Amino acid sequence: MMRAERPHRFAGFAILLGLLVLTVGLSLTVGARAVPWDEVWAGLLGQIDSIGAAAVAVRVPRTALAVLAGGALGLAGAVMQGISRNPLADPGILGVNAGAALFVVIGIAWFDISGAQNFLWLGIAGAGLTAVFVYLVGATGQGGATPLKLTLAGTATSVAVSAFIIAVVLPRNDIAGSVQSWQVGGVGGARFDTLLPAVPFAVVGLLLSLASARVLNALALGEELATGLGQSVALGRLMAAAGAVVLCGTATALCGPIGFVGLVVPHLCRMIAGVDYKLVLPLSTLAGASMLGLSDVLGRVVARPNELDVGIVTAFVGAPFFIWTVRNNRMRGL
Amino acid sequence: MTQHHRLETRELSAGYEKRVILEDVSLTIPAGKITAIVGGNASGKSTLLRTLARILQPKAGNVLLDGNSVHHMPSRKLAQVMGLLPQSPIAPEGITVADLVGRGRHPHQGVFSRWSREDDRAVFRALEATGTEELAERDLDTLSGGQRQRVWIAMALAQETDLLLLDEPTTFLDVAHQIEVLDLLVDLNTAQGTTIVMVLHDLNLAARYADHLIAVGGGGIRAEGAPQQVLTEELVQTVFGLSCRIVTDPVSHTPVMVPIGRHKAVEKHKDAAA
Repeated sequence: MMRAERPHRFAGFAILLGLLVLTVGLSLTVGARAVPWDEVWAGLLGQIDSIGAAAVAVRVPRTALAVLAGGALGLAGAVMQGISRNPLADPGILGVNAGAALFVVIGIAWFDISGAQNFLWLGIAGAGLTAVFVYLVGATGQGGATPLKLTLAGTATSVAVSAFIIAVVLPRNDIAGSVQSWQVGGVGGARFDTLLPAVPFAVVGLLLSLASARVLNALALGEELATGLGQSVALGRLMAAAGAVVLCGTATALCGPIGFVGLVVPHLCRMIAGVDYKLVLPLSTLAGASMLGLSDVLGRVVARPNELDVGIVTAFVGAPFFIWTVRNNRMRGL
Repeated sequence: MTQHHRLETRELSAGYEKRVILEDVSLTIPAGKITAIVGGNASGKSTLLRTLARILQPKAGNVLLDGNSVHHMPSRKLAQVMGLLPQSPIAPEGITVADLVGRGRHPHQGVFSRWSREDDRAVFRALEATGTEELAERDLDTLSGGQRQRVWIAMALAQETDLLLLDEPTTFLDVAHQIEVLDLLVDLNTAQGTTIVMVLHDLNLAARYADHLIAVGGGGIRAEGAPQQVLTEELVQTVFGLSCRIVTDPVSHTPVMVPIGRHKAVEKHKDAAA
């Protein structure tokens, strides 16, 4: 009688779905080169006779990548905030993206690894090991893995890992350029042959994460009450974290460590839909896809004829939001 | 009507990390009754409740529900029989009363199962029983302390368990709200036969509202039984180290503990304290 009858919950889905459609439209049409509509259409159909149509054809995988990675990061951020009960948790702050990046960079620099599939496995392994490491560090001492200790452990790990990445890349002039642009986070070089192998990974991460909604709803009431409600805390956290880790590893392997999407998006979704993760998780997926897509469009427009990498744009959008979140005492706990 | 379950401990030792707080405790919770666990600060009363509720792993011995160890049975199955309300439960900011109470349905739902009519009915019954129907759409944050505690109890009721464990359900409430919450638990106990086990700070309220008292102190159970038998001047002296008089509550005819202390007592009682 009293649940799910709130009209704005469904309105939230409609609005975000509309925004995503708009984002895809903009991402295909807007760019360093303005393309007339008939050439956009030709490009979509794969007829790349004109320069405009060719530009659009390149934008198709790029748009797909932005939507996939953005959705993954938005969802992963919401899951991580749920696991740690910390409004500041995000794949960047918990060090998971940096861990994924470290593994990919080491793979390139030390083992000469190449190929989309290999980068995906490396990214997921790096994200997973970092998540375990951060959790273990955060869980030492009294009180176990409190949200605050997890955040501190994650931030410290993130900084250390990022420094280590620089140390790995610095002596290697041959790879420095390519790693650096990847490290900033970009979707510009997207191709379908590197994108398609990532789809199964993204689907697994998506399903695991969405299935953990009710676990996160129970964990939101604290470990004791969650246990009292019959939820195994360790198992629940493990399942949710596995989903988030696969999503982060996949997104990072594809376009480098992109920050702030996982931080900003869940907050916006909570403002729309409230605290129920059954709504927040799917909404965060939609909103994350839109945010990264729109950031990419913005990056193409602001510095014409050059482009800003999307990781820089999300930082510009996300950093002020981060500060606002910290200052806003309404965000004191989840 | 509620099914009666047998909750007992066998040679239970419990505590935190390396510290053992309770040793060799064997007791049986009377089914269908209200049991209050009393004792001084850090005496182990919460430890006992939390071990009964399988939040804490025992150091030795067992907690048995109908003969099966609560620490080894599937957590979700146990949660369909035994509910828990921790001392200071937390809730996400901005959660509505209806949403919070609905989360009590957790053990009755599967991973992909949808919210059912039965869930709706259980939530409605819980709101009704606690007189919180009118608050259903309100944010938890906007409620008074007493209302909030009623809502938390409603959440535990929505779980629809035959046993309910509560860790100091009256803390932080003023005296009127304390009585309100305890009356509510008696309602639940008489209407549905729910077995209630609660930790209470206030000896006199415990003696008034419980059918069965368990006094915890010195690493074990000091006394247990009906309040009239348990709440004696000697027991208060051993458990709390406090001299007192026991008189009879004119309202409920249960024992009332009146502390003596060093000041304010008229001469006769001072002698008794000495």
